Amino acid sequence: MELLGNFFVITLVKTGLVAFILLTTLAYLQWIERKVIAHVQARVGPYRVGPHGLLQPLADVVKLMTKEDLIPDHVNPFFYVLAPFMAVALALTNIAVIPFGPAIEIFGHKTNLGLADINIGVLLILAVSSLGVYGIALGGWASNNKYALMGGLRSSAQMISYELPMTLAIAAPLLLSNSLNLREIVDTQSGYVLGFIPNWNVFTGGQIFGFLLFMIAAFAETNRIPFDLPEAENELVAGFHTEYSSMKFAGFFMAEYANMITVCSVATLLFLGGWHSPVPSEAGSGIVAALIFFGAAAILFFHAMHAARPFDKITFPVFGLIFGALGAVFLAGAFVWPALGAALNGLFWYAAKTLALLFVFIWIRATLPRFRYDQLMRFAWLFMFPAALLNMLITALFVALKG
Amino acid sequence: MDLILFIIFAMFAVASALALIFQTHPVNSALSLIGVMVSLAVLYLLLGAEFIAAAQLVVYAGAIMVLFLFVIMLLNAGEERNPWKAPIMARLAAPVLLWLAACAVYVILGLPGYKSVSFGAFTAGGPKEIGMAIFTKYLLPFEVTSVLILIAIVGAMVLARKEID
Repeated sequence: MELLGNFFVITLVKTGLVAFILLTTLAYLQWIERKVIAHVQARVGPYRVGPHGLLQPLADVVKLMTKEDLIPDHVNPFFYVLAPFMAVALALTNIAVIPFGPAIEIFGHKTNLGLADINIGVLLILAVSSLGVYGIALGGWASNNKYALMGGLRSSAQMISYELPMTLAIAAPLLLSNSLNLREIVDTQSGYVLGFIPNWNVFTGGQIFGFLLFMIAAFAETNRIPFDLPEAENELVAGFHTEYSSMKFAGFFMAEYANMITVCSVATLLFLGGWHSPVPSEAGSGIVAALIFFGAAAILFFHAMHAARPFDKITFPVFGLIFGALGAVFLAGAFVWPALGAALNGLFWYAAKTLALLFVFIWIRATLPRFRYDQLMRFAWLFMFPAALLNMLITALFVALKG
Repeated sequence: MDLILFIIFAMFAVASALALIFQTHPVNSALSLIGVMVSLAVLYLLLGAEFIAAAQLVVYAGAIMVLFLFVIMLLNAGEERNPWKAPIMARLAAPVLLWLAACAVYVILGLPGYKSVSFGAFTAGGPKEIGMAIFTKYLLPFEVTSVLILIAIVGAMVLARKEID
């Protein structure tokens, strides 16, 4: 009974923590996206709410919650309400099987950083994300609007088509790791070849091609530019969410960002070695994170001394102190408390890789124009599918020859 | 715990199956079918068949039903009119049901080593065990099935092409 009680308490605490961090990240991912795109286009982006627009996500949430929750007369009310809930619920479910770091020990309890450690983790992610299309398709259909319907139809065709190359691209690292458990897949990628090349699937597994195929398919699966045909605003008003307002609209938005986080996490775990550091521990991987944070703090203090705007004199040192404190914690982990250092470094590298991939998503959105629909489909079936199949066959041959 | 989950999802499966039949709108029926498939996946999981559960979700609930829904939406199929007025169905339904039930009972009783299942007793449902079984013991049926599916795909292509020309 005590074992069961512990299990429930630990899982509840972990679920609460993960949900809080995930929802905060979702809100701030949108801030990051607006800022990055603004700077790519030589603007400043959100700036009014809080220092450098940092409180903009909170303002957005308040705005969305207080807006009138409109249900138009001509919709199918049951499915109209169900669709955004389905989209959000399925998008958040995926996070449950994603491991964020190595196994750690807190107060004598051994626990994994991550919620559920199951044997079919990869399959579950594929299954749940393949169900995710219903949220969009139903939302489009229930809106009873021709643009929304076109968006829903496009999204279902697009997501089915790109699911195939994505699954085939995932199959190659699974062959290399001989497991479907995400934690075991990451563990097979530990260590270094020749002392400095990380033993990640993307390098030593020869999966650079598979990684690119996976990322391209991931763009299509999450309906992001250049594959955001379901919500192409110059043809379809706003696509499947034309008729949605208030929190139901925010639901679709949250689902899109949660799906982005999921696919970036999966890419990190399958191809980029999960929480393993790119620098060997003999070369001082423990202090890399601390150095990065101290560097950020130094840059902030430098800019505080040469402040361009009056309130930068206050905000920059505050953030500099926060980064400095984080760097000090990492330094303490490296030299004083190795258990803390291992857990923190794992989380740091996992977050760094995932955020780097998320940055690529945003970067591409600021760079590339949208595909035409026939180009999108031709690309999926005539290039992506054969390429992913070939990649899997070559990997299988390689694994078989290696014995 | 297992029993409670089993009862919840078994009831959900039966309720969805009934809704599938009694709904008159095709989209409602398609979604009820998805409900049946998802709750069946949970039942497989409870019985230890992890891989089958995931495959059920990926293949049936994720791919095939999306295509169903896609076609229903594309054709914009409306409400069914007079669903209970097909005279052949009314006469055939009861005998066919009885015949199917008899078949099921006959097959189950005739199984070698027939015994009731219990939760957690079966643990060989992972991807590794399924893969070993398919590619060693049941290799011939597996290959024959894949050839059959290939023929079906080619057939569908030929039929579709004829209509376009």
